[in-house]
Amino acid sequence: MSDRIFGAFGLLLALFYAWATLQIEESFLSDEVGPKTFPLVIAVILGLSSAVIALRPDENPVWPPLSRLAEIGAAVVVMILYAEFLPEVGFVIATALAAAYLTWRLGTRPLQSLLVGVCTSVGIYVIFHLVLGLSLARGPLGF
Amino acid sequence: MDIMSSLGDGFLIALTWQNLGLAVLGCFLGTIMGALPGLGPSNGVAILIPLAFTLGLGATPSLILLTSVYYGAMYGGRISSILLGIPGDEPAMMTVLDGHPMAKAGRAGEALSLSGVASFVGAFLATWGLIFLAPQLVKFALLFGPAEYFALFALAFATLGGVSSTNQAKSAFAAMLGLGLAVVGVDTQTGVPRLTFGEVHLYDGLDFLVAIVGLFALSEVFIFLEHRHGEADADSKKIEVGRLTPSWAMLKYCTPTMLRTSVLGFVAGVLPGAGASLGSFISYSMEKKLVDKKGTFGTGDPRGVAAPEAGNNAAAGGALVPMLSLGVPGSGTTAVLLAVLLALNITPGPLLFQNNPDVVWGLIAALFIANIMLLLMNIPMVGLFTRVLMIPPRILMPIVAMVSFVGIYGISGSSFDLLVMIAFGVGGWVLRKLDVPLVPIILGTLLGNTMENNLRRAVTISNGDYMTLIDSPLSIGLWTVAIVGFILPIFVGKLVKGRMRARRDAEGSTSD
Repeated sequence: MSDRIFGAFGLLLALFYAWATLQIEESFLSDEVGPKTFPLVIAVILGLSSAVIALRPDENPVWPPLSRLAEIGAAVVVMILYAEFLPEVGFVIATALAAAYLTWRLGTRPLQSLLVGVCTSVGIYVIFHLVLGLSLARGPLGF
Repeated sequence: MDIMSSLGDGFLIALTWQNLGLAVLGCFLGTIMGALPGLGPSNGVAILIPLAFTLGLGATPSLILLTSVYYGAMYGGRISSILLGIPGDEPAMMTVLDGHPMAKAGRAGEALSLSGVASFVGAFLATWGLIFLAPQLVKFALLFGPAEYFALFALAFATLGGVSSTNQAKSAFAAMLGLGLAVVGVDTQTGVPRLTFGEVHLYDGLDFLVAIVGLFALSEVFIFLEHRHGEADADSKKIEVGRLTPSWAMLKYCTPTMLRTSVLGFVAGVLPGAGASLGSFISYSMEKKLVDKKGTFGTGDPRGVAAPEAGNNAAAGGALVPMLSLGVPGSGTTAVLLAVLLALNITPGPLLFQNNPDVVWGLIAALFIANIMLLLMNIPMVGLFTRVLMIPPRILMPIVAMVSFVGIYGISGSSFDLLVMIAFGVGGWVLRKLDVPLVPIILGTLLGNTMENNLRRAVTISNGDYMTLIDSPLSIGLWTVAIVGFILPIFVGKLVKGRMRARRDAEGSTSD
């Protein structure tokens, strides 16, 4: 069943891709092939392979229960927040929080995970910024 | 001896303190990454690419660092296979079969050192193979025009899925997804933006490094979150390591096996789409058929340890041949290395040997050096690496995620790229659940633009005649191989893959 949904999604993706390709405005100076041909070929093969996937599906993969999916969703949200707030709060604080969250969700005790988070963050900061000289996001506190 | 003098020059380049230091670092990190279940050569290299860039290393030093990681990971995979019975990465899964029984019998030290020697033999012979075969392939590749290149890329995509997926439709889907992503951005020939939907960040196209780190490294973190196996599997089982050196008698006993499987593994590595996993698999199967008269394979036969290790390390070297000489990688990890070259503005292929001989020969010399270092590191220091296995994934995986973020942010300094990386991470997780191979996606994003340019150049040269694509005997030949290579696995691939599956744990890992 998963594969049928996946195949249907692939077909929609192919259609969308073809539509988006046709929206490309061609310049008056174009080579023989033009900017549309290659993406159109891709869309066709994408559609064909999606159709095959939908018509001849494999066995269902083992999907995690809803609670695990929520877990992954939450991790994604944390990562997005991390990406958004990184330039604002600075590398060390953002990384410590994000790493602490992930360690906690992977089964470390809360207090210990805070410690692990701080260690990870400071460790990366020392190695990558102070030793290797990589420029990391600088927050209002200067680190 | 033209080759020998070039190799000598290569050693002059590789033997600087900086390069030697990078090789030591790469070998060490690589072995650790290979040893840790969940991290393999491709995600190991992927995590370190941004680092190599942001350090501002030149082309040769970065390649030395990353290929040392690559070879190191190939060595390291065996450690957890033998000690824990869990392959550290996919190519090492065959080593479990005989290595783990040996460890249970109290011969873990012997198994580790023997497999270290076997890895060395495999990688050493394969590097010689690379030296002699690559220049020949280059001469051949100089005959290629745009039409032939287009056919060659098609061949690479058609065959890449071959062994790594049971479902050819899914590997075709993955390849098209990758090519489709490569199209995004301003068209290089006419200057019109394509599929950018007005988003300025997309005008330069998607950075393939972002895609690689997201697909390979971040998706691994999601896999761990899904199963929440945060505990190291090493805790409960304490295994006596025993003596750390193999006896001469055992080495002698295994030598024919190592030599045969090195050759076989090398050939498997050179062929497109096979890679190290297949190399170790067919090496083991062949040896079992050939020398296992008493049925001792699978119960702790030392030859059963030597065979897959020599095979997979030889395949790792073999996979570099098409990558360097044609610009078409033979496996997942070499695809990642190709990304490194492209990002350094070096186009692999026949011209690489003419324009940047320092890069090629420096790299080859570095492979020899890395190999010797790995042998030295892996026999006496194996105890250190086994201790690394005790780090539980619940601490390790967040570090992997954070290092990925740091690396990507270090390159571009933009939150947008981080968001794109997260999207690739989630997408990679879903695709892995659906058994869609990730390597064709990477290869598509890497080669998409070159492939399209070759198509357009070929057709433009012939004034819009598309028949030019199948005009020369060479391109007809390439297309034939591509079609056969795509169709054949539909019948044969299931068989091989089914057997490989049957023999390994359900432990998920990106293919090498």
